[in-house]
Amino acid sequence: MALAISVVALVAASWWMGQQAYHWMPVQASTAAPLVDGLFSFETALGTFVFGAVVAVMLWVVVMHRADKYDESDAVPIEGNTRLEVIWTVIPLVVVMAIAVYAMRVNTTLGVLGPMEHIHMADAREEQGGFAGDRLPTEQVEVISRQWSWEFRYPQDHVSSSELHLAVDQPVTLRLVSEDVIHGFFIPAFRLKQDLIPGRAINFNITPTREGRYRLRDSQFSGTWFAANQADVVVESEETYKAWLKNAATQPLQPGLSDAVGQYEARKKLKNPGWATVPPAPPPQVNVPGSNTLPHDA
Amino acid sequence: MTSATFSENFQPEQGSWKRYFSFNTDAKVIGIQYIVLAFFYFLIGGLLAMIIRGELITPASDLVDRSVYNGIYTMHGTIMLFLFIFPVLNGLNNLLIPTMIGAPDMAFPRLNAVAFWLVPIFGTLLISSFFVPGGPAYSGWWSFPPVSIQNPIGTFVNGQGLWITAVALSGVSSIMGAINFVTTILRMRAPGMGLFKMPIFCWTALAAQCLQLVGLPALTGGALMLLMDLSFGTSFYRAEGGGDPVLYQHFFWFYSHPAVYVIILPVFGIFSELFPVYSRKPLFGYVYVALASFIIDFLGLIVWVHHIFPSGVAQWMRNFFMFSTMLIAVPTGVKVFAWLGTIWRGKLRLTTPMLFCLGGLFNFVFAGITGIMLATVPIDIHVSNTYFVVGHFHYVIYGAAVMGIFAAIYHWFPKFTGRMPYEGLGKLHFALTFIGANLNFLPMHPLGLMGMPRRVSSYDPEFAFWNVLASLGAFLLGVSIIPFLLNMISSWVRGEKAPANPWNAIGLEWLLPSPPHEDNFGDFVPTVISRPYGYGSGLPLVENQAAYEQALKEN
Ligand code: HEM
Ligand SMILES: [Cu+2]
Repeated sequence: MALAISVVALVAASWWMGQQAYHWMPVQASTAAPLVDGLFSFETALGTFVFGAVVAVMLWVVVMHRADKYDESDAVPIEGNTRLEVIWTVIPLVVVMAIAVYAMRVNTTLGVLGPMEHIHMADAREEQGGFAGDRLPTEQVEVISRQWSWEFRYPQDHVSSSELHLAVDQPVTLRLVSEDVIHGFFIPAFRLKQDLIPGRAINFNITPTREGRYRLRDSQFSGTWFAANQADVVVESEETYKAWLKNAATQPLQPGLSDAVGQYEARKKLKNPGWATVPPAPPPQVNVPGSNTLPHDA
Repeated sequence: MTSATFSENFQPEQGSWKRYFSFNTDAKVIGIQYIVLAFFYFLIGGLLAMIIRGELITPASDLVDRSVYNGIYTMHGTIMLFLFIFPVLNGLNNLLIPTMIGAPDMAFPRLNAVAFWLVPIFGTLLISSFFVPGGPAYSGWWSFPPVSIQNPIGTFVNGQGLWITAVALSGVSSIMGAINFVTTILRMRAPGMGLFKMPIFCWTALAAQCLQLVGLPALTGGALMLLMDLSFGTSFYRAEGGGDPVLYQHFFWFYSHPAVYVIILPVFGIFSELFPVYSRKPLFGYVYVALASFIIDFLGLIVWVHHIFPSGVAQWMRNFFMFSTMLIAVPTGVKVFAWLGTIWRGKLRLTTPMLFCLGGLFNFVFAGITGIMLATVPIDIHVSNTYFVVGHFHYVIYGAAVMGIFAAIYHWFPKFTGRMPYEGLGKLHFALTFIGANLNFLPMHPLGLMGMPRRVSSYDPEFAFWNVLASLGAFLLGVSIIPFLLNMISSWVRGEKAPANPWNAIGLEWLLPSPPHEDNFGDFVPTVISRPYGYGSGLPLVENQAAYEQALKEN
């Protein structure tokens, strides 16, 4: 009876934790986000149950099965129980395989949505990356990462920017290119991440679903100013987006956002500039320099 | 065999402390050398961790320069892994394997000493990189190219080069150790000790060392190519020259995933040894627990890609490696349930080692759950390379492995030093460690979920709250080491003299005096007649057990 009550309580607590799990994540701003969060909530609930059960047993034992102070004797020697052992091999097996199958489904859906399509799967010639903008398919945005700045090019519209602008609910193919080391393209609000591998161009499809301003962070350690290698992603309505592109095309080219360049210059003036570092690439020449201090949603 | 010589053989060791500074070939001396040296490096690695957490207590990059930060976190990770955790485990192997199986020493005593002395050599090499122009390696303990082959300083001798050399030497030392441990376990067991009469610690050490033999050549080869790229202009990994940086990631993780089992398997062994003693019950499901180690080995070798899901691997590979990773939960779960089965209805004694085991198990279960999350590709895509990962793996490594190591040290301290550790200080050490570790590493999970990348020296203000908590936890962890050091030093110098078997434990090592004689059992190797962990069964472990116990009493 007490056991039944505890199990019910644990199930309730686990369910509650599963619901809480949604709040631990940033806002959902892409088609991938609800899928990932659903899976995460499910695993949090399951994990809470397992953790709770194990800890409950441990606490129970610690409280109830302590040896008396002067009791030097041994406990009853139970060496094993084949039935139990089979049960607790099969249950975890079934549970983790169930999770894996669920995750594989999400994976496949995400795959349809598009991360991870290497260009070389489609066209071996393009594997080397760094192609001129005019050969890109329509609505493709080129993402170029350097030590330590991000540049976003809209070849069709002759726009270059330090801020990634996207139209809400419009699928877009990003072409990820790195000019030096491995960088990681990571937008927490989108729950998506893909490394940029030097020597490869990687096509990466995303569909933003919520208007707002989000942070893009470098997720692969890329050298001294790695931490400052951030940019903003602005998701806006179709009209605003079109207007932005149109306006941006009229702006003159100017140095884009690069914290590294400024900090590097300041550092050079110091008496003890610190340990050796790779000099930052010059800031990209862009129409829209962007800002990384504006308030962001996630 | 007259009983006079029999008990004469049981004179405990009375050597001088100077032998700990010499090229000694006694595994017990080497074991203590390893452990003490490892803790020396632990303090350095811990100091670096304090600087990391000091920097991260505020969002801005204000405590140390960014390049210094990168050097520090790189050295923290490298020191903790290659100079602390592997050496400390090798120290335990040296102490425990020969005594537990009734061998006089390791199979190759001189090789053993050479393997040990390589540690201070590559340790000095690694630490000296702090003083070369340009500073130490700064590309993380993974040292992924191209960052690791950029060499901004331009000189032939540079931090990264020293780093690679040190890691390669560490590999050489570990391979020497692995050959020795595997041979000793397979060839030098006391009569009657079949594989299934071996203590679990020996099973897990065997499994762990087999992994070293398979995995290390990949790491060493990969590191050699990295050194060629860095210093001699080859292009194994350099994209401009037709190389592939992702290739390195495969070499690296082909070793470094199994490496986590090299670390955690012996800790499973420690749990399996200690839970029975302090619950006064046999290990539940001995055979399953023993075999699970090798199932973990096998699976551990086919999961490495789970570390590089976002780096451009095909969908089918992601699915395959997700399945294989998840499968590891099964043999691991078997072990966890076996420990629960062991303490269930036991007669528990909450001594310091037992507290560390219980705390370690608690943290390990938590780490296992976040591990399953990390194996799930869609979740991993979001949290990989964020603080979620740092949190997960410190739960494994500090929360479970280091806790298990502390448990082992308190438990076997009397056997190898001949002195009893102080319980009060031990319990204080446990409390500070348990609270500190959880306060330090739990906040890293929400940080990772929110999207804070790892390895950053500054961050957006929304991450400040959890970082302050983590830093406070870290400082508490830093403090936690003080009672430990106090305890070790003072009890070793003037602790109470230890009896041969202070915990009333069952095992060959407890049939030896504390500390044991140089060649352990000498000519009087016992014949093993029953399984280990015979608590409550009343069966003697070895033939003529009474004579051994009598000999101990007479001395
Ligand atoms: C007081 C205890 C410790 C604290 C406060 C601490 C803190 C940290 C932090 C904050 C990082 C993240 C650096 C980053 O990725 O941005 C880190 C990385 C790491 N730590 Fe610890 N740590 C501690 C103990 C340990 C121990 C005992 C080990 C291993 C035995 C260890 C191994 C590592 C490794 C391998 C890394 C990865 C370094 C890299 O990313 O290249 N740490 N630690
Ligand atoms: Cu792994």
